This record gives sequence, structure tokens and C-alpha cells, in this order.
Amino acid sequence: MTKSVLVIEDEPHIVEAISFILSRDGWSVRSHGQGQDAVAVVRDNPADVLILDVMLPGRSGYEILQELRADPATRDLPILLLTARGQAKDQDIAARLGATQVMTKPFSNNELLASVRAMAGA
Amino acid sequence: MARQASRTSLTGTRIRERRVLAGMRQAELARRVGVSASYLNLIEHNRRRVGSELLTALAGALGVDEAALAEGAESALLDTLRTAAARGAGEGADAPFGLRDGDGPELDRIEDFIGRYPGWAALLAAQHGRIATLERTVERLSDRMAHDPHLSAAVHEVLSAAASVRSVAMILHETDDITPDWRERFHSNLNTDSLRLAEGAQALVRFLEAATDAEAALASPQEELEAWLDARGHHLPALEGSRAPALAPMTEGQAELASAAARQMALAHLERARADALALPLPRMQEALALHGCDPPKLLAELGCDPARLFRRLAALPTGMSGLPPVGLAICDGSGTLVFRRALAGFPFPRFGAGCPLWPLYQVLAQPLTPVGRVLALAGRPDQRFATFAVARPRQPAGFDAPAVWEATMLIVPQPEAAAPAGRSDGTPMQVGTACRICPRADCPARREPSILAQEF
Repeated sequence: MTKSVLVIEDEPHIVEAISFILSRDGWSVRSHGQGQDAVAVVRDNPADVLILDVMLPGRSGYEILQELRADPATRDLPILLLTARGQAKDQDIAARLGATQVMTKPFSNNELLASVRAMAGA
Repeated sequence: MARQASRTSLTGTRIRERRVLAGMRQAELARRVGVSASYLNLIEHNRRRVGSELLTALAGALGVDEAALAEGAESALLDTLRTAAARGAGEGADAPFGLRDGDGPELDRIEDFIGRYPGWAALLAAQHGRIATLERTVERLSDRMAHDPHLSAAVHEVLSAAASVRSVAMILHETDDITPDWRERFHSNLNTDSLRLAEGAQALVRFLEAATDAEAALASPQEELEAWLDARGHHLPALEGSRAPALAPMTEGQAELASAAARQMALAHLERARADALALPLPRMQEALALHGCDPPKLLAELGCDPARLFRRLAALPTGMSGLPPVGLAICDGSGTLVFRRALAGFPFPRFGAGCPLWPLYQVLAQPLTPVGRVLALAGRPDQRFATFAVARPRQPAGFDAPAVWEATMLIVPQPEAAAPAGRSDGTPMQVGTACRICPRADCPARREPSILAQEF
């Protein structure tokens, strides 16, 4: 069965690159570029892995992450948080909020692919 | 103009140093100025004060300017060095250069140090000021890096573009079987995002350069304004007369007013100073000063004006005006924050934080609209006296739903030029300090933090 990834990211070219990489590896990729309705989109589009950007229009990725972890339905969803801030304190915030893994931009395609595979248990 | 007699150790020490520099024996100098060698010895060891006539004679015999032997100019230097020592003690720095832990500057020898090594003392004070400025710059830039929304957006733009460029470049490099459509699409994305990256980086550099230039100037807009006024003796001739000057252009292109905030504050200052000049025109002030001298109670009776306006006006008149000695001015808001300072030699203001709580400037906040006059002596310098006059009044009347905005103003006049203010019939000056951290008064009920000087003693 094809595993799926949902990408919540407002940068279309980044979405395109991630989609290309994951699609070639056999993943089904869907994307959404807004923050304010991201939680609803996640609930309505179940996926094996969520790639979530922090800086989103309308709502921050941190808030979305926090709400998803508070919901039993999405508490255990593997979430890869993408952030431009790579300081230790930002990593701590992401970990406390429940991110499965954090990756800073710019990222390596191979590392992103490896992380998604690992989180999905592939 | 009657001159104040010299004060404590600075003058005596300085006389001795100048004599030694001149290669003159004590007996020779004493003979030249008409005193005994033993008396001169007492003077040089700070056990006798020097009268004004003798000070003139000594300066002449030593071939120096009297100001070089005077003490007033060193008050600010003294306080700066004490502040530098306090800073070093507070930071708990490791003992440098072979000093043992717990050793520090010899605070009881500061005056001797200034007298013996004026150049080194000035250098140390200047370096301390420079360090403080740099620390504030770093603090401001760090705060801006962390909290400036425009900077955050610019950084995000650069990193997002960089992330896209990197990801796409890797795809193009590592995907041997990429279809022509994808290749073309990714090349287009690369082109667009590389342009974003270049423009974003340039914007970031411009932003940081602008921030650095602004912050590398004087530490705060208030200090920029005060420096601008100090450079002009606090008198702005364009504000005098009946013709209304254009005020905004007066703040443009001024080297001291580097920041927009400083220019804004300068404009507000000019507006108020212009209003003061219209209410108390220069000819009227000249007449009143000729009649009463710098005696604020008599001037108020003569001019019938608001006391705070009179104090501001006196501090904005031309230097050397007949009947007007050098004066200082301090203005604080209802929180006690000093919002304006015109320094007076011998009565330094703290560069950071509030002044001595005993200043009438703060006392009048508790009794608004009631002027207070006090003769003050700065702790550690008992022979140097200042007549102060203060009043607090609202800058903005309180409405039913809005609080009043209070402001206190204090005029400082060296004695004996001003008449002793009423209120202390025994003529005893009130002992005050500059700031608690560097004040030697151990038993002051208003002390808010320990003094490094008390710790030393």
C-alpha cells in the first residue's frame, strides 16, 4: 500500500521539490499552503507522515503542532517540523511541543527522505 | 564675579604636581606667592584651603591656567572613575594582571590619581564611556535581531529562498533521468529563487548596515539631543525675537542628531524653548537679571511666570550674560526618569538611572506645584555648594479618564552667586550624592543600593 505524506508549507518551490523527491521514492504527496485551516486539513487528509513548516501564513506551525498533539486522533502522527531557526532553544521548543523530528532550512534532500522513511517505519 | 575658594585634595595635589613638573622647590614657590614654605606644604598636602587670590598667584607662579588647578571640572571625571570601579566590582571579574582576588581599584586614592595623572585618568574615563556605549550598541542590536519583525521577515525570506535553491540544485545534480519538463520547471524555479536570494541578502546587508550606523552613534536619542545643545551652549538664537522660525529644518543635517528619534526629541525641545522665549523675551530677561541677579524667587516675583518655565529659560540664555552664572538643569518625569540634563561643573548627573533621591527634583514630585529651594553639598565635597530650585507640575492636565502626566524641573546654581534659598534658616547645606552606587554616605536613609565606597571603608 502506498504510503502518504502531507506537506503543510507555503513556499511553492519547496513543496515542488519535496513532492518530486518523495514521489520518485514511491510516496503519495499532498500539500497545503495555509496555516489557519491546517489542522482541519490534517484531520480530513490522513497521512502516514506530516511535514509541517513553522512560518505559515495565518497560524504558526508551533500552534498547529500543539493542537495536533492535544487531539487523540493525531497525537501519534509522525511530524517532521521544518524551521529556519536552528538554535538549540528552537529545537527545545519543537521537542517540547511534540515534534517527532526537526529539520532546519536549507535541508538536504537525502536527509529529508531518510527522515520521512524512518518516521513511517518504511 | 566672586570666585569660590579651592576645594579639597584635587587642588593641593595638583599644585604640588605642577610645581614638581616646573622643577620648582617648595620654598621658591612659597616665596613667589608670598606665603611661608610650611603653609604651602600644608596646602599641597590638602590640609588647608586656598583662597581665590592665592590661587591666582599660584597659577601665575606655576605658569598654568587657574582652571587647571580648579576642582569643578574634575567632579564629572571623579564620578566616572567611581562608576567604572563600581562596574568592575559588580561584574565580579577575575583579578587581572597579577592582582589578588578581592583587590581592586584604590578608591580612597581616586582624587590623588586624578591630580597626579590627569591624562591617565581622562583616558580611563573615556575608555569606560566607550565600553558602555559599545555594550549598549550590542544590546540594542541583539534585541533588534531577536525582536525586529522586519529583520525576522528578511531572514525568513533569505532562508526560504536558500532552501528552495539547495533542494532544486540537488535534484538537478543527482537525478540522471529527470524529464525535460521537470528539468525546465526546476531551472525556472532555480532562476526565480536565486534572484530572491540575492535580493534578500542585499536587503539584509542594507538593514544591518543602517542599524549599525544608527547605533554606532551616541548611545541614546536623549544623549544625542543633549550633545547637540551642549555644542551650542544650550542657547539657540533663532528662537529669539518675534519672527517665528521654521523649527524642523533646525534639526536637519546636524551631526549630533544622528537618529530620527533624536531629531524628533529636538523638535519637541525647540517647540517648548520657542514658547519659553516668547513668554520671557531676551530683553526682559536681561533687565530682570540686571536688577536681581540669578535669584529665582526675586525673578519670579519680577516676571510673574511659571517657575518651571523660568528655570528652563535661565538654562537656555546665552553664556556669559550679565548677571547669569553657569547653571545646570534637570527635568524628570513622574517615574523619576531624567528626561533632560544640562550639566553644571561640580554637579554631575548619572549617565544611567536616577540621581540621588534627596534631590529636590524628586522631593517636589510629592508636593506638586509647590516650589522647593535647597542649598546642597555633594557628599565627599562639602565645601562645594549649590543652590537648587525645583517645582513639579503637570505636563498634561488629568482628565476624568486619563492620568496626569507630571514633570519636575530643577535649576542648579553654584553658590554664592545665587541667594541662599529660603527654608534652611541655619544655612546648613543638605548633603546629597550623585547616585547611590558611588555615594560615600553610609547612613543615608534614602540609599537604594550599596555604595562601592562604603564597602571599601
